[in-house]
Amino acid sequence: MVATVDARGLSCPQPVIMTLDEIKKGSEKEIIVLVDTDTSKENVTRAAESQGCKVNEVSPEGEGYRITFTKE
Amino acid sequence: MKGKNIFATRWGIIGVGACIGILAPLLQKLGNPGNMGICVACFERDIAGAIGLHRAAVVQYIRPEIIGFVFGSLIAAYLFKEYRPRVGSAPVVRFVLGTFAMIGALVFLGCPWRAVLRLAGGDGNAILGLLGLTFGIWIGTLFLKNGYNLGRTQTTHTTVGWMLPLIMIGLLVLMLIFPQVEGQDKSGVLFYSLKGPGAMHAPLILSLIVGLGIGFLAQRSRFCTMGAIRDTVLFGQTHLLSGFVSLVVFAFLTNLVLGQFKAGFAGQPVAHTQHVWNFAGMTLAGLAFALAGGCPGRQLFLSGEGDGDAAVFVLGMIVGAGFAHNFGLASSPKGVGPHGIAAVIIGLLVCLFIGFTMRRKSV
Repeated sequence: MVATVDARGLSCPQPVIMTLDEIKKGSEKEIIVLVDTDTSKENVTRAAESQGCKVNEVSPEGEGYRITFTKE
Repeated sequence: MKGKNIFATRWGIIGVGACIGILAPLLQKLGNPGNMGICVACFERDIAGAIGLHRAAVVQYIRPEIIGFVFGSLIAAYLFKEYRPRVGSAPVVRFVLGTFAMIGALVFLGCPWRAVLRLAGGDGNAILGLLGLTFGIWIGTLFLKNGYNLGRTQTTHTTVGWMLPLIMIGLLVLMLIFPQVEGQDKSGVLFYSLKGPGAMHAPLILSLIVGLGIGFLAQRSRFCTMGAIRDTVLFGQTHLLSGFVSLVVFAFLTNLVLGQFKAGFAGQPVAHTQHVWNFAGMTLAGLAFALAGGCPGRQLFLSGEGDGDAAVFVLGMIVGAGFAHNFGLASSPKGVGPHGIAAVIIGLLVCLFIGFTMRRKSV
Protein backbone atom coordinates (compact mmCIF):
# COMPACT_ATOMS: atom_id res chain seq x y z
CA MET A 1 0.00 0.00 0.00
CA VAL A 2 1.00 3.59 -0.57
CA ALA A 3 0.33 6.59 1.65
CA THR A 4 -0.58 9.83 -0.07
CA VAL A 5 0.00 13.26 1.43
CA ASP A 6 -1.83 16.04 -0.38
CA ALA A 7 0.03 19.25 0.37
CA ARG A 8 -1.20 21.17 -2.66
CA GLY A 9 -2.13 24.76 -1.95
CA LEU A 10 -0.36 24.75 1.38
CA SER A 11 2.56 27.06 1.89
CA CYS A 12 5.86 26.54 3.59
CA PRO A 13 6.39 24.85 6.08
CA GLN A 14 3.11 22.85 6.00
CA PRO A 15 4.15 20.41 3.24
CA VAL A 16 7.32 19.52 5.15
CA ILE A 17 5.46 19.14 8.45
CA MET A 18 2.92 16.80 6.82
CA THR A 19 5.65 14.80 5.09
CA LEU A 20 7.65 14.35 8.29
CA ASP A 21 4.48 13.35 10.16
CA GLU A 22 3.78 10.65 7.61
CA ILE A 23 7.38 9.41 7.66
CA LYS A 24 7.43 9.21 11.45
CA LYS A 25 3.89 8.05 12.21
CA GLY A 26 2.62 6.37 9.08
CA SER A 27 2.79 2.63 8.57
CA GLU A 28 3.28 2.58 4.79
CA LYS A 29 6.76 2.18 3.37
CA GLU A 30 5.99 4.02 0.18
CA ILE A 31 4.83 7.62 0.39
CA ILE A 32 3.54 9.94 -2.31
CA VAL A 33 3.50 13.68 -1.64
CA LEU A 34 1.58 16.04 -3.92
CA VAL A 35 2.78 19.64 -3.98
CA ASP A 36 2.09 22.59 -6.24
CA THR A 37 5.17 24.80 -6.06
CA ASP A 38 8.82 24.25 -6.89
CA THR A 39 9.75 25.50 -3.44
CA SER A 40 7.62 22.80 -1.82
CA LYS A 41 9.06 20.19 -4.18
CA GLU A 42 12.60 21.11 -3.10
CA ASN A 43 11.71 21.34 0.59
CA VAL A 44 9.83 18.02 0.69
CA THR A 45 12.59 16.23 -1.24
CA ARG A 46 15.22 17.68 1.06
CA ALA A 47 13.22 16.71 4.17
CA ALA A 48 12.63 13.15 2.95
CA GLU A 49 16.31 12.68 2.14
CA SER A 50 17.31 14.07 5.55
CA GLN A 51 15.17 11.31 7.12
CA GLY A 52 17.08 8.69 5.17
CA CYS A 53 14.30 8.08 2.66
CA LYS A 54 15.05 7.18 -0.93
CA VAL A 55 13.37 9.52 -3.39
CA ASN A 56 12.30 7.36 -6.31
CA GLU A 57 10.56 9.79 -8.59
CA VAL A 58 9.60 13.42 -8.94
CA SER A 59 7.15 13.85 -11.79
CA PRO A 60 4.96 16.74 -12.93
CA GLU A 61 1.32 16.28 -12.10
CA GLY A 62 -1.34 18.83 -12.94
CA GLU A 63 0.10 22.19 -12.06
CA GLY A 64 2.46 20.71 -9.50
CA TYR A 65 4.53 17.64 -8.73
CA ARG A 66 4.16 14.13 -7.44
CA ILE A 67 7.07 13.05 -5.25
CA THR A 68 7.43 9.34 -4.54
CA PHE A 69 9.82 7.99 -1.94
CA THR A 70 10.34 4.95 0.24
CA LYS A 71 11.17 4.73 3.93
CA GLU A 72 14.28 2.80 4.84
CA MET B 1 14.72 26.88 -18.53
CA LYS B 2 14.13 23.95 -16.25
CA GLY B 3 16.45 21.44 -14.70
CA LYS B 4 18.35 21.34 -11.46
CA ASN B 5 18.13 24.54 -9.50
CA ILE B 6 21.71 25.17 -8.36
CA PHE B 7 20.58 28.03 -6.13
CA ALA B 8 18.55 25.59 -4.05
CA THR B 9 21.70 23.67 -3.08
CA ARG B 10 23.67 24.33 0.07
CA TRP B 11 26.37 26.25 -1.83
CA GLY B 12 23.70 28.06 -3.79
CA ILE B 13 22.04 29.54 -0.73
CA ILE B 14 25.43 30.35 0.83
CA GLY B 15 26.36 32.19 -2.38
CA VAL B 16 23.13 34.17 -2.36
CA GLY B 17 23.66 35.10 1.32
CA ALA B 18 27.19 36.24 0.42
CA CYS B 19 25.90 38.39 -2.47
CA ILE B 20 23.35 40.11 -0.25
CA GLY B 21 25.99 40.46 2.48
CA ILE B 22 28.30 42.30 0.09
CA LEU B 23 25.67 44.37 -1.74
CA ALA B 24 23.88 45.73 1.34
CA PRO B 25 26.92 47.48 2.89
CA LEU B 26 27.81 48.73 -0.60
CA LEU B 27 24.37 50.37 -0.86
CA GLN B 28 25.13 52.01 2.48
CA LYS B 29 28.43 53.26 1.05
CA LEU B 30 26.50 54.60 -1.95
CA GLY B 31 24.17 56.61 0.26
CA ASN B 32 21.70 54.41 2.16
CA PRO B 33 21.40 55.01 5.94
CA GLY B 34 23.75 53.49 8.52
CA ASN B 35 23.48 49.72 8.91
CA MET B 36 20.49 50.03 6.59
CA GLY B 37 21.91 49.06 3.23
CA ILE B 38 18.77 46.99 2.99
CA CYS B 39 15.91 46.89 5.45
CA VAL B 40 12.63 45.64 4.08
CA ALA B 41 10.56 47.00 6.97
CA CYS B 42 12.28 50.40 7.03
CA PHE B 43 12.07 50.73 3.26
CA GLU B 44 8.37 49.88 3.15
CA ARG B 45 7.91 52.40 5.97
CA ASP B 46 9.71 55.00 3.84
CA ILE B 47 7.39 54.18 0.94
CA ALA B 48 4.39 54.65 3.24
CA GLY B 49 5.81 58.04 4.16
CA ALA B 50 6.48 59.06 0.57
CA ILE B 51 2.85 58.53 -0.35
CA GLY B 52 1.63 60.26 2.78
CA LEU B 53 0.25 57.30 4.73
CA HIS B 54 2.21 58.79 7.61
CA ARG B 55 3.83 62.18 7.88
CA ALA B 56 7.02 61.46 9.79
CA ALA B 57 9.20 63.92 7.88
CA VAL B 58 12.45 62.00 8.31
CA VAL B 59 11.32 58.72 6.71
CA GLN B 60 9.77 59.50 3.35
CA TYR B 61 11.23 58.03 0.18
CA ILE B 62 10.06 55.49 -2.39
CA ARG B 63 12.78 52.89 -2.04
CA PRO B 64 13.63 51.38 -5.43
CA GLU B 65 15.14 48.33 -3.73
CA ILE B 66 11.63 47.15 -2.77
CA ILE B 67 10.37 47.61 -6.34
CA GLY B 68 13.44 45.69 -7.54
CA PHE B 69 12.85 42.83 -5.10
CA VAL B 70 9.37 42.20 -6.47
CA PHE B 71 10.39 42.53 -10.12
CA GLY B 72 13.61 40.55 -9.81
CA SER B 73 11.55 37.71 -8.38
CA LEU B 74 8.89 38.10 -11.07
CA ILE B 75 11.50 37.92 -13.84
CA ALA B 76 13.10 34.82 -12.31
CA ALA B 77 9.72 33.18 -11.83
CA TYR B 78 8.73 33.74 -15.46
CA LEU B 79 12.14 32.75 -16.80
CA PHE B 80 12.12 29.46 -14.90
CA LYS B 81 8.39 28.84 -15.39
CA GLU B 82 7.61 29.14 -11.70
CA TYR B 83 5.12 32.00 -11.92
CA ARG B 84 1.97 30.61 -10.37
CA PRO B 85 -0.88 32.98 -9.53
CA ARG B 86 -2.51 31.82 -6.30
CA VAL B 87 -4.55 33.37 -3.53
CA GLY B 88 -7.11 32.62 -0.87
CA SER B 89 -5.16 31.39 2.14
CA ALA B 90 -6.61 33.62 4.88
CA PRO B 91 -5.65 36.92 3.25
CA VAL B 92 -7.18 39.17 5.90
CA VAL B 93 -5.25 37.35 8.63
CA ARG B 94 -2.08 37.89 6.63
CA PHE B 95 -2.92 41.58 6.40
CA VAL B 96 -3.25 41.84 10.17
CA LEU B 97 -0.03 39.85 10.69
CA GLY B 98 1.75 42.17 8.26
CA THR B 99 0.51 45.21 10.16
CA PHE B 100 1.77 43.93 13.50
CA ALA B 101 5.00 42.57 12.02
CA MET B 102 5.74 46.10 10.86
CA ILE B 103 4.84 47.62 14.21
CA GLY B 104 7.11 45.15 16.04
CA ALA B 105 9.94 45.77 13.60
CA LEU B 106 9.62 49.53 14.02
CA VAL B 107 9.80 49.23 17.81
CA PHE B 108 13.18 47.52 17.30
CA LEU B 109 13.98 49.71 14.27
CA GLY B 110 14.58 47.06 11.65
CA CYS B 111 13.41 43.84 10.11
CA PRO B 112 15.44 40.59 10.35
CA TRP B 113 17.53 41.74 7.38
CA ARG B 114 18.52 44.93 9.11
CA ALA B 115 18.97 43.11 12.44
CA VAL B 116 21.83 41.10 10.94
CA LEU B 117 23.18 44.09 9.03
CA ARG B 118 23.21 46.03 12.30
CA LEU B 119 25.06 43.15 13.94
CA ALA B 120 27.52 43.05 11.05
CA GLY B 121 28.07 46.80 11.52
CA GLY B 122 28.91 46.32 15.21
CA ASP B 123 25.57 47.39 16.73
CA GLY B 124 25.24 45.33 19.93
CA ASN B 125 21.55 46.18 20.26
CA ALA B 126 20.95 43.90 17.31
CA ILE B 127 21.81 40.93 19.55
CA LEU B 128 18.72 41.68 21.64
CA GLY B 129 16.67 42.04 18.47
CA LEU B 130 17.90 38.73 17.07
CA LEU B 131 17.24 36.97 20.39
CA GLY B 132 13.72 38.41 20.38
CA LEU B 133 13.26 37.36 16.77
CA THR B 134 14.32 33.81 17.59
CA PHE B 135 12.02 33.73 20.61
CA GLY B 136 9.07 34.95 18.53
CA ILE B 137 9.75 32.38 15.82
CA TRP B 138 10.09 29.67 18.47
CA ILE B 139 6.60 30.53 19.75
CA GLY B 140 5.44 30.32 16.14
CA THR B 141 6.90 26.82 15.77
CA LEU B 142 4.91 25.68 18.82
CA PHE B 143 1.73 26.73 17.02
CA LEU B 144 2.91 25.02 13.82
CA LYS B 145 3.54 21.81 15.74
CA ASN B 146 0.02 21.99 17.11
CA GLY B 147 -1.68 22.23 13.76
CA TYR B 148 -1.70 25.98 13.12
CA ASN B 149 -2.15 26.74 9.44
CA LEU B 150 -3.56 29.38 7.17
CA GLY B 151 -5.43 27.00 4.88
CA ARG B 152 -4.98 26.22 1.22
CA THR B 153 -4.53 28.64 -1.62
CA GLN B 154 -6.32 28.34 -4.95
CA THR B 155 -4.98 28.86 -8.40
CA THR B 156 -6.33 32.04 -9.88
CA HIS B 157 -6.08 34.49 -12.79
CA THR B 158 -2.62 35.68 -13.83
CA THR B 159 -3.81 39.23 -13.15
CA VAL B 160 -4.23 38.51 -9.44
CA GLY B 161 -0.54 37.71 -9.12
CA TRP B 162 0.30 40.86 -11.05
CA MET B 163 -1.40 43.22 -8.60
CA LEU B 164 1.59 43.90 -6.33
CA PRO B 165 4.05 44.11 -9.24
CA LEU B 166 1.69 46.63 -10.88
CA ILE B 167 1.49 48.64 -7.67
CA MET B 168 5.30 48.66 -7.67
CA ILE B 169 5.33 49.91 -11.26
CA GLY B 170 2.91 52.62 -10.19
CA LEU B 171 5.29 53.70 -7.42
CA LEU B 172 8.23 53.77 -9.83
CA VAL B 173 6.26 55.82 -12.35
CA LEU B 174 5.25 58.30 -9.63
CA MET B 175 8.89 58.61 -8.68
CA LEU B 176 9.88 59.34 -12.29
CA ILE B 177 7.06 61.87 -12.80
CA PHE B 178 7.71 63.57 -9.47
CA PRO B 179 11.46 63.27 -8.85
CA GLN B 180 13.11 64.66 -5.77
CA VAL B 181 13.74 68.40 -5.98
CA GLU B 182 16.76 69.69 -4.07
CA GLY B 183 15.65 71.36 -0.84
CA GLN B 184 11.93 70.61 -1.36
CA ASP B 185 9.99 68.28 0.93
CA LYS B 186 7.32 67.65 -1.68
CA SER B 187 7.39 66.96 -5.38
CA GLY B 188 3.95 66.63 -6.96
CA VAL B 189 2.05 64.14 -4.83
CA LEU B 190 5.14 62.58 -3.26
CA PHE B 191 6.78 63.50 0.02
CA TYR B 192 10.56 63.51 0.36
CA SER B 193 12.71 63.75 3.48
CA LEU B 194 15.13 66.67 3.75
CA LYS B 195 16.96 65.12 6.67
CA GLY B 196 17.09 61.81 8.56
CA PRO B 197 17.23 58.29 7.13
CA GLY B 198 14.67 59.12 4.43
CA ALA B 199 17.06 61.69 2.98
CA MET B 200 19.84 59.14 2.70
CA HIS B 201 19.72 56.95 -0.36
CA ALA B 202 21.87 55.46 -3.06
CA PRO B 203 21.23 56.65 -6.65
CA LEU B 204 17.83 55.44 -7.88
CA ILE B 205 19.17 53.36 -10.76
CA LEU B 206 21.75 51.56 -8.61
CA SER B 207 19.20 50.82 -5.89
CA LEU B 208 16.86 49.43 -8.52
CA ILE B 209 19.52 47.26 -10.16
CA VAL B 210 20.70 45.82 -6.85
CA GLY B 211 17.08 45.21 -5.87
CA LEU B 212 16.41 43.39 -9.13
CA GLY B 213 19.53 41.24 -8.71
CA ILE B 214 18.70 40.29 -5.13
CA GLY B 215 15.05 39.65 -6.05
CA PHE B 216 16.17 37.31 -8.81
CA LEU B 217 18.64 35.39 -6.63
CA ALA B 218 16.28 35.21 -3.68
CA GLN B 219 13.46 33.79 -5.81
CA ARG B 220 15.76 31.08 -7.12
CA SER B 221 17.25 30.22 -3.73
CA ARG B 222 14.06 30.73 -1.59
CA PHE B 223 16.19 32.89 0.72
CA CYS B 224 14.26 33.62 3.93
CA THR B 225 15.59 35.03 7.17
CA MET B 226 12.64 33.87 9.27
CA GLY B 227 12.67 30.43 7.63
CA ALA B 228 16.36 30.17 8.47
CA ILE B 229 15.60 30.25 12.18
CA ARG B 230 12.25 28.44 11.94
CA ASP B 231 13.57 25.43 10.03
CA THR B 232 16.47 25.08 12.45
CA VAL B 233 14.17 25.16 15.48
CA LEU B 234 11.35 23.13 13.94
CA PHE B 235 13.18 20.45 11.93
CA GLY B 236 16.88 20.85 12.77
CA GLN B 237 17.20 21.72 9.08
CA THR B 238 20.02 24.25 8.56
CA HIS B 239 19.73 24.81 4.80
CA LEU B 240 18.29 28.34 4.95
CA LEU B 241 20.32 29.14 8.05
CA SER B 242 23.55 28.69 6.11
CA GLY B 243 22.45 31.49 3.76
CA PHE B 244 21.54 33.72 6.68
CA VAL B 245 24.89 33.13 8.41
CA SER B 246 26.69 33.71 5.13
CA LEU B 247 24.94 37.09 4.88
CA VAL B 248 26.19 38.10 8.35
CA VAL B 249 29.76 36.97 7.67
CA PHE B 250 30.06 38.68 4.30
CA ALA B 251 28.34 41.86 5.50
CA PHE B 252 30.78 41.98 8.43
CA LEU B 253 33.79 41.54 6.13
CA THR B 254 32.48 44.12 3.66
CA ASN B 255 31.87 46.59 6.49
CA LEU B 256 35.47 46.06 7.67
CA VAL B 257 36.80 46.71 4.17
CA LEU B 258 34.63 49.82 3.73
CA GLY B 259 35.43 51.14 7.22
CA GLN B 260 31.78 50.89 8.28
CA PHE B 261 32.27 48.62 11.32
CA LYS B 262 31.84 50.35 14.68
CA ALA B 263 31.30 48.13 17.73
CA GLY B 264 29.15 49.27 20.64
CA PHE B 265 25.65 49.82 21.96
CA ALA B 266 25.28 53.59 22.31
CA GLY B 267 25.24 56.01 19.41
CA GLN B 268 24.58 53.42 16.72
CA PRO B 269 22.83 54.69 13.59
CA VAL B 270 19.01 54.57 13.66
CA ALA B 271 18.96 52.47 16.84
CA HIS B 272 18.06 52.77 20.52
CA THR B 273 19.39 50.98 23.58
CA GLN B 274 16.18 49.93 25.36
CA HIS B 275 17.06 46.24 25.48
CA VAL B 276 13.71 44.95 26.70
CA TRP B 277 11.83 46.65 23.87
CA ASN B 278 14.39 45.75 21.24
CA PHE B 279 13.78 42.16 22.33
CA ALA B 280 9.99 42.42 22.61
CA GLY B 281 9.54 44.34 19.35
CA MET B 282 11.33 41.63 17.45
CA THR B 283 9.50 38.90 19.36
CA LEU B 284 6.29 40.33 17.95
CA ALA B 285 7.76 40.65 14.46
CA GLY B 286 9.24 37.13 14.58
CA LEU B 287 5.96 35.59 15.72
CA ALA B 288 4.01 37.45 13.03
CA PHE B 289 6.48 36.41 10.32
CA ALA B 290 6.40 32.80 11.52
CA LEU B 291 2.59 32.71 11.50
CA ALA B 292 2.57 34.27 8.03
CA GLY B 293 5.19 31.85 6.69
CA GLY B 294 7.93 34.21 5.63
CA CYS B 295 10.19 37.13 6.48
CA PRO B 296 9.36 40.52 4.91
CA GLY B 297 11.82 39.92 2.10
CA ARG B 298 10.41 36.49 1.33
CA GLN B 299 6.89 37.97 1.23
CA LEU B 300 8.07 40.34 -1.52
CA PHE B 301 9.71 37.50 -3.46
CA LEU B 302 6.60 35.33 -3.12
CA SER B 303 4.50 38.25 -4.34
CA GLY B 304 6.71 38.43 -7.41
CA GLU B 305 6.07 34.77 -8.24
CA GLY B 306 2.30 35.21 -8.09
CA ASP B 307 1.40 34.70 -4.42
CA GLY B 308 -1.47 37.12 -3.85
CA ASP B 309 -1.60 36.30 -0.14
CA ALA B 310 2.01 37.35 0.35
CA ALA B 311 1.10 40.57 -1.49
CA VAL B 312 -1.65 41.19 1.08
CA PHE B 313 0.94 40.74 3.84
CA VAL B 314 3.15 43.34 2.14
CA LEU B 315 0.25 45.80 1.93
CA GLY B 316 -0.45 45.07 5.60
CA MET B 317 3.14 46.02 6.42
CA ILE B 318 2.88 49.29 4.49
CA VAL B 319 -0.37 50.19 6.23
CA GLY B 320 1.16 49.08 9.54
CA ALA B 321 3.94 51.61 8.98
CA GLY B 322 1.27 54.28 8.63
CA PHE B 323 -0.23 53.30 11.98
CA ALA B 324 3.21 53.00 13.57
CA HIS B 325 4.08 56.62 12.86
CA ASN B 326 0.61 58.19 13.07
CA PHE B 327 -0.05 56.60 16.48
CA GLY B 328 3.42 57.13 17.96
CA LEU B 329 4.24 53.42 18.03
CA ALA B 330 7.56 53.50 16.18
CA SER B 331 10.77 54.00 18.09
CA SER B 332 13.38 56.64 17.36
CA PRO B 333 17.05 56.85 18.40
CA LYS B 334 15.72 58.42 21.64
CA GLY B 335 13.82 55.23 22.52
CA VAL B 336 10.40 53.68 22.13
CA GLY B 337 7.48 55.82 20.98
CA PRO B 338 4.78 56.97 23.44
CA HIS B 339 2.48 54.07 22.59
CA GLY B 340 5.00 51.53 21.32
CA ILE B 341 4.84 49.33 24.41
CA ALA B 342 1.04 49.11 24.33
CA ALA B 343 1.17 48.23 20.63
CA VAL B 344 3.67 45.41 21.20
CA ILE B 345 1.47 43.91 23.92
CA ILE B 346 -1.68 44.18 21.79
CA GLY B 347 0.18 42.75 18.80
CA LEU B 348 1.39 39.76 20.80
CA LEU B 349 -2.14 39.11 22.06
CA VAL B 350 -3.52 39.28 18.53
CA CYS B 351 -0.85 36.89 17.24
CA LEU B 352 -1.50 34.45 20.10
CA PHE B 353 -5.24 34.61 19.38
CA ILE B 354 -4.56 33.80 15.71
CA GLY B 355 -2.14 31.03 16.63
CA PHE B 356 -4.48 29.38 19.12
CA THR B 357 -7.66 29.61 17.08
CA MET B 358 -6.49 28.73 13.56
CA ARG B 359 -5.74 25.11 14.23
CA ARG B 360 -6.97 22.14 12.37
CA LYS B 361 -5.42 18.73 12.50
CA SER B 362 -6.40 17.70 9.01
CA VAL B 363 -6.36 20.20 6.18
